Amino acid sequence: MLEVRSLSIHFHRYARGLRRTVLTPVVDLDLKVSAGEVVAVVGSSGSGKSLLAHAVLGILPSNAHIEGEIWYKGQLLTPERQAAMRGRRIALIPQSVSFLDPLMRVGAQVLRAAQLSGKNRHSAAAQRAIFQRYQLPLEVERWYPFQLSGGMARRTLVSMAVVGEAELILADEPTPGLHPEVVQETLNHLRQLADEQRGVVLITHDIQAALQVADQIAVFYAGTTVEIAPVTAFSGKGEGLLHPYTQALWRSLPQNEFIPLPGMQPSPQDLPQGCLFAPRCPLATAECTAERPTMRAIAQNQVRCIHAQG
Amino acid sequence: MLKAERVSFRYSPNRPWILQGFSLSITPGERVGLYGPSGCGKTTFGRVLAGYLQPIGGKVELDGKPLPPKGYCPVQMIFQHPELAINPRWTIGKALYEAYQPPPSLLEALSLDLHWFERFPHELSNGELQRIAVARVLDPRTRYLIADEMTTMLDANTQAQLWQVLLDVAAQRQLGMLVISHDRPLLERVCTRIVDWAMEAQTT
Repeated sequence: MLEVRSLSIHFHRYARGLRRTVLTPVVDLDLKVSAGEVVAVVGSSGSGKSLLAHAVLGILPSNAHIEGEIWYKGQLLTPERQAAMRGRRIALIPQSVSFLDPLMRVGAQVLRAAQLSGKNRHSAAAQRAIFQRYQLPLEVERWYPFQLSGGMARRTLVSMAVVGEAELILADEPTPGLHPEVVQETLNHLRQLADEQRGVVLITHDIQAALQVADQIAVFYAGTTVEIAPVTAFSGKGEGLLHPYTQALWRSLPQNEFIPLPGMQPSPQDLPQGCLFAPRCPLATAECTAERPTMRAIAQNQVRCIHAQG
Repeated sequence: MLKAERVSFRYSPNRPWILQGFSLSITPGERVGLYGPSGCGKTTFGRVLAGYLQPIGGKVELDGKPLPPKGYCPVQMIFQHPELAINPRWTIGKALYEAYQPPPSLLEALSLDLHWFERFPHELSNGELQRIAVARVLDPRTRYLIADEMTTMLDANTQAQLWQVLLDVAAQRQLGMLVISHDRPLLERVCTRIVDWAMEAQTT
């Protein structure tokens, strides 16, 4: 359904006076999402997770320069096609409740989302139906966003994204700061959407949340995908994980060994020449620093490491 | 020993009680986990314990005496949102050196980058800011630490890094800690004892 092929994003900005600097927060990123599948994108902050969503929707700021290709249903996504798709075929579930208009009644906002996604004639019915589906009482229609509880606001945002005919849902950090029950509910909604043959991308830094609903997990590091693995690989001591960063991330969970990997992600201003993970990698050799590794398929996984073995 | 004795608190007389007769004590070197759903008053309790809020009923005592009203408070708090806890108009360096000069070994352990010190808080990520916040509270005069959802918004690796440093320092200096979180596996990993808020509130 969605295929991202070696996507890179550069930002040009003026540091001081006319001196320009180039930031490269996304480097050679690959990702594939099929219908009926939840793909979780996991990584630390600054690993390019949200930029990916923005690139797919075509809403990056004007100083961004994009390389690589994004394909949607077998067709290349051009800026014109992105403009036609976003909000209709491809929808975003935003990170925070502050994305709702504070001065507009909730019902009207969902209705407007339905109209914009092309449901003109039946939009009122569609809005009612979606409220029922997500167990929002009818009177909520007339409420303002500040009157909603965290869980209701979350359900409203989901309603707005799926009231139309969106086939691809991008959910950007939908869970932090919520009660465990609301987290569970939000994740279940995403799973249901995938079971209706839509494609879902779940962007999160919370591996445990991702494990509950995802079919595949894509691990981001410094703006690239280091590994894409089926959810079953994330178990036990992580024997099914092939990239040293993925293994380290798994080991650092409190229910596992809680051993962190020292150091930090490289800054997008000066990325290493070769493999982006090499400066922190225990397996790094001279070959690693010479050239950026490409994605390789090993068993069920796809991994960007020359040392990985099945 | 840091001790809260039958502490009660509400934000105003016509609002419901958030804390009612809640007691808890923390000895040096002990790490107490406080577990419970969000919105139940865990953060409010942390603020009372650190002296940011005065309890309406009951008292908070440090070694049998009330917390010092002036000067450095030996009970320090690390907040969930570092971007709201650091003065946005101060540079990172100024915020960090406000109380004391952290030793280079600590800066290194937290992998703080010296380039950050001339920048402003909005120019750093939350993970980077939280490292600064941790360095800032590890003043040698600190004896008790309250970590309120300290690593909820961080990725697993950064979370483990921060905790490793904090646990090392806490063990060296025999710091007492209150760890507030809804992440059960994390509490089981870092705490010496876990208090379940819901059960505790019922029995008191």
